[in-house]
Amino acid sequence: MSSATAAAEQPASQAAQDPLLRVVDVVKHFTVGVAASVKAVDGVSFDVMRGETLGLVGESGCGKSTLGRLITQLIPASSGSVVFDGTNLTQLRGEALRLQRQHLQMIFQDPFASLDPRMTVGDIIAEPLINFGLLRRRDRDKRVQELLRVVGLNPYFNNRYPHEFSGGQRQRIGIARALALNPKLIVCDEPVSALDVSIQAQIINLLEDLQREFNLTYIFIAHDLSVVRHISDRVMVMYLGKVVEVAPSEDLYNSQAHPYTKALLSAIPVPDPRVESKRRLVELSGEIPSPLNPPSGCHFHTRCPIARVPGVCSEEEPPLERKSDGHLAACHFAEEMISPAQPGS
Amino acid sequence: MTLLKVDNLTVSFPTSDGVVQAVRGLSFEVEAGQTLGIVGESGSGKSVSALTMLGLNPGADITGSVTFDGRDMLRLSPRELQQIRGADIAMIFQDPLSALHPHFRVGWQIREAIRAHTDVSNAEARHMAVDLLRLVNIPQPDRRVDAFPHELSGGMRQRVMIAMALALKPKLLIADEPTTALDATVQAQLMELLASMQREVDMAMIVITHDLGVVARIADKVQVMYAGRAAEMADANTLFHQTHHPYTRGLLASLPGSAITSSRLLPIVGQPPSLINLPSGCAFHPRCPFAMDRCMREMPSLMAVEGGEDHLSACYLPREMVGVSVAVDTARQRYAADKQGLRAVRLPGVAAAREEVPALA
Repeated sequence: MSSATAAAEQPASQAAQDPLLRVVDVVKHFTVGVAASVKAVDGVSFDVMRGETLGLVGESGCGKSTLGRLITQLIPASSGSVVFDGTNLTQLRGEALRLQRQHLQMIFQDPFASLDPRMTVGDIIAEPLINFGLLRRRDRDKRVQELLRVVGLNPYFNNRYPHEFSGGQRQRIGIARALALNPKLIVCDEPVSALDVSIQAQIINLLEDLQREFNLTYIFIAHDLSVVRHISDRVMVMYLGKVVEVAPSEDLYNSQAHPYTKALLSAIPVPDPRVESKRRLVELSGEIPSPLNPPSGCHFHTRCPIARVPGVCSEEEPPLERKSDGHLAACHFAEEMISPAQPGS
Repeated sequence: MTLLKVDNLTVSFPTSDGVVQAVRGLSFEVEAGQTLGIVGESGSGKSVSALTMLGLNPGADITGSVTFDGRDMLRLSPRELQQIRGADIAMIFQDPLSALHPHFRVGWQIREAIRAHTDVSNAEARHMAVDLLRLVNIPQPDRRVDAFPHELSGGMRQRVMIAMALALKPKLLIADEPTTALDATVQAQLMELLASMQREVDMAMIVITHDLGVVARIADKVQVMYAGRAAEMADANTLFHQTHHPYTRGLLASLPGSAITSSRLLPIVGQPPSLINLPSGCAFHPRCPFAMDRCMREMPSLMAVEGGEDHLSACYLPREMVGVSVAVDTARQRYAADKQGLRAVRLPGVAAAREEVPALA
């Protein structure tokens, strides 16, 4: 319902509910060596509504984690703006930015690296509270215990150290820390990919419960498409620093307007031998080209099964356009991809 | 013909905290040309058992036997093992970057594997290396043969590992999480490659993975492991559709996007057990939605599931309990019970306490 790339496209009636986050044409270039630069994120725009979960998928090197860091302002953008709750974060500096950060939290991939091994769990969770001078000592301890309970851990574990916990429990600690300041938006960067299947499901359910309970908005970054499909309201697919497709998750899984999305979906193995024996891979030739020197025109044309090369695909970059309600894609031949005859579309 | 027979294998590691019982009585067979998938979560003993078969676990206490091609691998001298490793049994590891030596060109490393076992000249070996790289679909193999590992992408490195493993046409290939570190599209390409190579070379394969999807695609037979023991063993179709062991069912119900999960996932409650201090009886009983008194006292071994041919399960549940949907219903009830805190006493650490938490201000 809400996927305007540019504010101008949105009819006045829909503007009633402001997005919590509006990212406009954000670009991040990393300089490599003397003259070269990697366009890790190359002109990305999107909105995230309050209470929504936006999934962000793509293969390694597509810029999804960089985008997560740009949103939380862990790294500054080269250009473009990140408007969070009416404030343009890219223009804030120092104290003003620090104060905004309490509304924007992050959960990291590696539950072993993201917790300080020399701090107790209680101190780890209390640190954001101390940082912002919230709550006095006794209230803080209470709050820490409450947070531990909320994430399904024993509240009396607050004096233990991270190494005493398993991966799944540590991820719960990371979640408790992210919740400590009652944030509005949490960027989850591959929060379950380091966990075992049975634990993964526990954490996903926990994230869903917390979202309902505290009215959280998530940006959920992952490479596992089945996890993203499960948790997201909308999914955004990235390839070489650009968004290639955005759609409500069920739409996206039923009909793909971009050949890359189609290939990505066809590559997920299904835990059912009967389905697997019939499944056909949309095989992509080769691997992701170097982001140092991305292909001309549509970045995907070198691996695309339907590309016209030489032709429009290698010469012109396709804009991210509306293909149907709430479904945007950046492909010159998106209409061919969504054929009306396709079942389930 | 039985190529590999593992019989009652146990592997334990003495540590200062106590004895880690990594593998506790594992038995299985692999036929020539067949693919066995071994599925389990971290700490289930799947990698340890594979390493043990190849004599790569010095310092471990090992009992039982591993018979490969008529020889007991556990009784061979290091020299004899060396002749088998790489030639008759090859292995692919999870992380190709740490499995390849950063200092040597990939062609050199493939040549080394070839020349360690055969009498070919250096030039011939190089020629073979180029052919192998071509076989695993590496573009420009005559140039890539001189590349260093860091010059290749993760997928390419894993292709190099596969080329090296296939160099001497082994009878058995052990692939330990071969695609876990790779992206989905690359993973799909590599699994296709492994399957086609297997047909070409006619070798048996053991694919160790935590991903049930990978197993569904490639395996003839699947063994599910939990806490160092086999929980269930069957051909792939039976395992996925007439699932018996509650752990296997739990794994299937935990997966987002599989047919049986609805809007809410059904995780297995609790945590995997410590291998130093294992639960009594069936190691899965503290997390099992069906656990009976007997499960806490007796340790079940693999038994034939009634009516199922070659379908083995280490669980006392009666035959009627076969099938995934029964399990999902029960798990749902169990989960609801957990949420109400009814089982909080028996299952410490479960999200049971959540309900009483007042909403945060």
